[in-house]
Amino acid sequence: MQEFDLVIIGGGPAGLAAAVAAKEQGIENLLILERENKLGGILNQCIHNGFGLQVFKEELTGPEYADRFINLVKEKKIRYKTNTMVIDLSKDKLITAVSKTDGILTIQAKAIILAMGCRERPRGALNIPGARCAGIFTAGTAQKFVNIEGMMPGKNLVILGSGDIGLIMARRMTLEGAHVNAVVELMPYSAGLTRNIVQCLDDYEIPLKLSHTVTNIVGKDRLEGVYIAPVDENRKPILAEEEYIPCDTLLLSVGLLPENELSKKASVKLSPITGGAEVDEGRETNVDGIFACGNVLHVHDLVDNVTEESYIAGKAAVKYLKGLRIQSDRIEVKAKDGARYVVPKYINPRNIEKSLDLSFRVKDIYKDHYLSVYFDDSRAIHHKRKIMAPGEMQTVKITSEMLNAHSLCSEISIVIEKE
Amino acid sequence: MEQRALICIGCPMGCRLEVTIENSQVVDVTGQSCKIGNTYAVKECTNPTRILTTTVEVENGYPEVASVKTERDIPKGKLLECVKELKKIKLTAPVHIGDIVLEDIANTGVRVVVTTNCDLVDK
Ligand SMILES: Cc1cc2nc3c(=O)[nH]c(=O)nc-3n(C[C@H](O)[C@H](O)[C@H](O)COP(=O)(O)OP(=O)(O)OC[C@H]3O[C@@H](n4cnc5c(N)ncnc54)[C@H](O)[C@@H]3O)c2cc1C
Ligand code: SF4
Repeated sequence: MQEFDLVIIGGGPAGLAAAVAAKEQGIENLLILERENKLGGILNQCIHNGFGLQVFKEELTGPEYADRFINLVKEKKIRYKTNTMVIDLSKDKLITAVSKTDGILTIQAKAIILAMGCRERPRGALNIPGARCAGIFTAGTAQKFVNIEGMMPGKNLVILGSGDIGLIMARRMTLEGAHVNAVVELMPYSAGLTRNIVQCLDDYEIPLKLSHTVTNIVGKDRLEGVYIAPVDENRKPILAEEEYIPCDTLLLSVGLLPENELSKKASVKLSPITGGAEVDEGRETNVDGIFACGNVLHVHDLVDNVTEESYIAGKAAVKYLKGLRIQSDRIEVKAKDGARYVVPKYINPRNIEKSLDLSFRVKDIYKDHYLSVYFDDSRAIHHKRKIMAPGEMQTVKITSEMLNAHSLCSEISIVIEKE
Repeated sequence: MEQRALICIGCPMGCRLEVTIENSQVVDVTGQSCKIGNTYAVKECTNPTRILTTTVEVENGYPEVASVKTERDIPKGKLLECVKELKKIKLTAPVHIGDIVLEDIANTGVRVVVTTNCDLVDK
């Protein structure tokens, strides 16, 4: 059995940034475990640009962004093992992994950072009726085919769900010569960024059918077509207006789910809303010494935010290892009226040096509404925001002065208010 | 006179803009909530540009294709022509981030560079 101070599970942007932060804070004996043959995570297949505006102040593609961090990891001589998949984790921080070269490995860690990212919702999670034929992929799987393997999953497509990966793939497949008939979205608004609607759909005259869904799938061995229909305000399909679209491929871009099977094995408590762990301000879970960051914690829109969050987790893990984290007197943070969730869920005020950013998502589109933060019944923040949309993560800063002024408070809440 | 409907991408508001164009000049923009909307409308209606990202085949490499980008934005109307030109190219592994694929794509004066590292693999 090997022993490490800190083991990071997952070598995507979250794991890499957490490792860099921990090393910078003086931890030498650390290890990154990654199941793929290369570090960088999902970014390796996201070849479009738009990454890194916040962290590097320039627009990079996914693989370039990943490469910056891979180089930092190498420069700082941080140890990592690729082709190594963690299969078990206990709450005492005992890790079991399998690797092509070493077989089964057991590693005892003093602290662990979970950075396993997320995966896409498969068809099973959706309950679309119809044939079980070939030609149905998640958008991310198709992205890997095209951008890594250089293979086209099909020629004539329909995309269900207007998440960013679906929009990006609509453009990508068009550039590769395929025909995209439509992007079909159940909600009355897109889940993706406006920029992607304009530059991935409008530029190529690909129709976006809002308030529509796929009602049936036709095909024997290979997909032959799909039926789509508009939905009413209760999201029930209006079958009288059903329409048939012949196609050989259906891509699903219907949401991402944090990948938390390992976390469950270690008795990490998960939030029913985010699917990720419930953490405090240092991104420490309910299990002593186990931290989480990146998409395994909650799904981020921008990798820049993943990087920032992972620095926080990396630094906090070092404080934990040095016995400098304070665990008592934590305050619960709640998302209320209009706010869907907030990370972190707990704050230990004595761990906050200057300020702390709360990240949250709203339930609906709110224009000209106020974002308020209450310490019990006292409103400390009341900011008007031009727009808050479910597709864009919001942040709000609370300062140590605010925390000091409300030192006896038992709960902090985020509320979206009309006035 | 011509009317065009656009969505501003300047911020998440996504204002719906109505642009009036006369003799290829933008003469009026309505629907914007701030000045960025004006600038965006003028650029989109007179000289729309995009960065192109796509892949190029790599012999004996993994990934089996190399992702590439135009170093600067190019006229939107040339995107498909550029993709066609890049389809004819085959690189040989290994290739590295920053390697130049083409000095001047489709007479735009813009370089195309590699954005990923492809290692040489034995097949
Ligand atoms: C298909 C897809 C496309 C996306 N496209 C974009 C985009 O265009 N722009 C954007 O900003 N964001 C995009 N995202 C979101 C993107 O995931 C994040 O921005 C960022 O990559 C998250 O970083 P991460 O390190 O948390 O996760 P990931 O990048 O997913 O990295 C997690 C890593 O953990 C490894 N891992 C998981 N389980 C184990 C295990 N048991 N043992 C060992 N290793 C393990 C995985 O192999 C992976 O390398 C996309 C997400 C997906 C799923
Ligand atoms: S016009 Fe201004 S407010 Fe409206 S989307 Fe553009 S940048 Fe945002």
